[in-house]
Amino acid sequence: MTSPLEQKKIKIAGPSIVTANRTWDGIVVYRTAARSWSADLSEAAIVRNSDEAKALLAESVADDVGAIGPYIAPVQVGADGKIEPGNLREQIRRTGVTIGQSAQA
Amino acid sequence: MYAYDEIDRTLVNERVSEFRDQVKRRLSGELTEDEFKILRLQNGVYLQLHAYMFRVAIPYGTLATNQLRALAHVARKYDRGYGHFTTRQNIQFNWIKLAELPDALEDLAKVGIHAMQTSGNNMRNVTSDQWAGVAPGEIEDPRIWSELIRQHTTLHPEFSFLPRKFKIAITASDHDRAAIKVHDIGLRLIKNEKGETGFEVLVGGGLGRTPFIAKTIRHFVHGGDILSYIEAILRVYNQYGRRDNIYKARIKILVHELGIEKFSREVEEEWQHIRNSSLQIDDEVIEDIRSRFTYPAYEKLPYMPDELRQAAADPDFEAWRKNSVAPHKVQGYSIVTISLKPTGGPPGDATAEQMDALADLADRYSFGEIRVGHEQNLALPHVAKRDLPALWKALDKLGLATPNVNLITDIIACPGLDYCSLANARSIPIAQELTRRFANHELANLIGRLHINISGCINACGHHHVGHIGILGVEKNGEEVYQITIGGRADENAALGTLIGPGVKFDEVADVVEDIVEAYLALRERPEELFMDTVKRLGVEPFKERVYATR
Repeated sequence: MTSPLEQKKIKIAGPSIVTANRTWDGIVVYRTAARSWSADLSEAAIVRNSDEAKALLAESVADDVGAIGPYIAPVQVGADGKIEPGNLREQIRRTGVTIGQSAQA
Repeated sequence: MYAYDEIDRTLVNERVSEFRDQVKRRLSGELTEDEFKILRLQNGVYLQLHAYMFRVAIPYGTLATNQLRALAHVARKYDRGYGHFTTRQNIQFNWIKLAELPDALEDLAKVGIHAMQTSGNNMRNVTSDQWAGVAPGEIEDPRIWSELIRQHTTLHPEFSFLPRKFKIAITASDHDRAAIKVHDIGLRLIKNEKGETGFEVLVGGGLGRTPFIAKTIRHFVHGGDILSYIEAILRVYNQYGRRDNIYKARIKILVHELGIEKFSREVEEEWQHIRNSSLQIDDEVIEDIRSRFTYPAYEKLPYMPDELRQAAADPDFEAWRKNSVAPHKVQGYSIVTISLKPTGGPPGDATAEQMDALADLADRYSFGEIRVGHEQNLALPHVAKRDLPALWKALDKLGLATPNVNLITDIIACPGLDYCSLANARSIPIAQELTRRFANHELANLIGRLHINISGCINACGHHHVGHIGILGVEKNGEEVYQITIGGRADENAALGTLIGPGVKFDEVADVVEDIVEAYLALRERPEELFMDTVKRLGVEPFKERVYATR
């Protein structure tokens, strides 16, 4: 849950993805294996070690027009391959605010 | 209300055009995010968890009804139908699209509203007492001076790239409603023995990860010298403030490390160079600004009108009146605080419908004027006492008559992890739960004045350090943990709270607050002894024992 803005170096403790916000409207997006961005977490490219993470992050950073502020975030991958956010922060980014009011359009 | 002149209008409109071009270049890829970031920040545009966040300035907390309607329009057209009033007389929209921001800015510019310097390392919105101009006993309207400083510091080239953000607040009353002691510069408007208007100047206050209460750097600076004196402070800060470490870049760190005496000498030396320059302000300039503030044509009204006398028989009205209605400097009028803290609601939020309806009520009952306070509430500053019962009924229908102003559910809270990219823990759900726990207004009144402040990270946007009960959310091993302080306050006797013990889990926070409150009710010597007085008398130990005895 530590803010990614405070991330000092890339450490991968498990399956991870790269997430960012889409430039024109700011919505949460995930980097896909097809080198594009998707608002659907299930389409995110999974990385499992630091080298893979660095490569995916570098590629994401290079796409400066598509999305901003990319960073690596942990996920959990179920036995069925379903991807779930790995911490509360990412859960909130995916499903919206937890305050039960005006959370979703 | 203050009437902008042609220079202001041109400035605001040119800024919109400039930003429209910058956004266009950003979206085309001509500008990188690194190049664009500083430009968007200077126009109040942050990137948060879910979207861009757009912060709009409400200088010295004063809004005309057409301006409030414009904010409602932005909430409705460009956002998700609501806005969030902050602790610094700004409003934030949480879901705005970058591509639509220039249009939103243009719509706001039509009514003289902008977002300049609501973020970035520059002079932020100059804030003031939300009761300015109407509070009994006030020296004079502090907004005149806020406006002077606003004009001087807006787009000031020397102070557009300070080591870090810089905040000024001004009060003119004995009771400080502007929290001047936790600002980079706090100004207290006073009169000297000759009857001349001037300021006690405080410097180096601030919260965040290293909180400090501001220190008095000069007991009296003549009003005509205030710009040069502020400029001298800013120059010393600009020269010596640290740019190598963001956590040590605020002026409070410089004042602390140099010591107030040395810092003061540096400022005095600089001041002597610039004091007798064009920065000296003639009375004419002040009078010109004063003339641009319009004040209502008050009627001569009775102290106790029949309408108010009759309404006093209604206990619900009386419960609201006692907490929400304050004396006005003009007989027959009142200042009405509008609670934005409904039971179970996010503190400081207002829907577009509420904003529009409140604008209508302000036109009908408050000479078309609304104020925004740092406690994240609104106020109608000029309400005739005879209109209070009708106003209350109208507010109640809008969900804006919660009778909890200054009580335990009148909570200040930052957006926290639900919105903020810096946050480590949630703030709003904690506030919501507390408003439900203490929803019984009889209990809340029994407890009396008690301010709870909640921050979702050490940056302290919820001012937890100065809450009577302060709650700070942190992260520990991937879990939200909350540290509890008591004894803080943000008024003229500002103090930092004391940590009572180890952090507690998310779902324990409301229980802990209940324990603290129960301890207070048991320990106070008489019903009139406020929570802060009991803490002052007994210290934190009895509260600590109560909270941790069973944990």
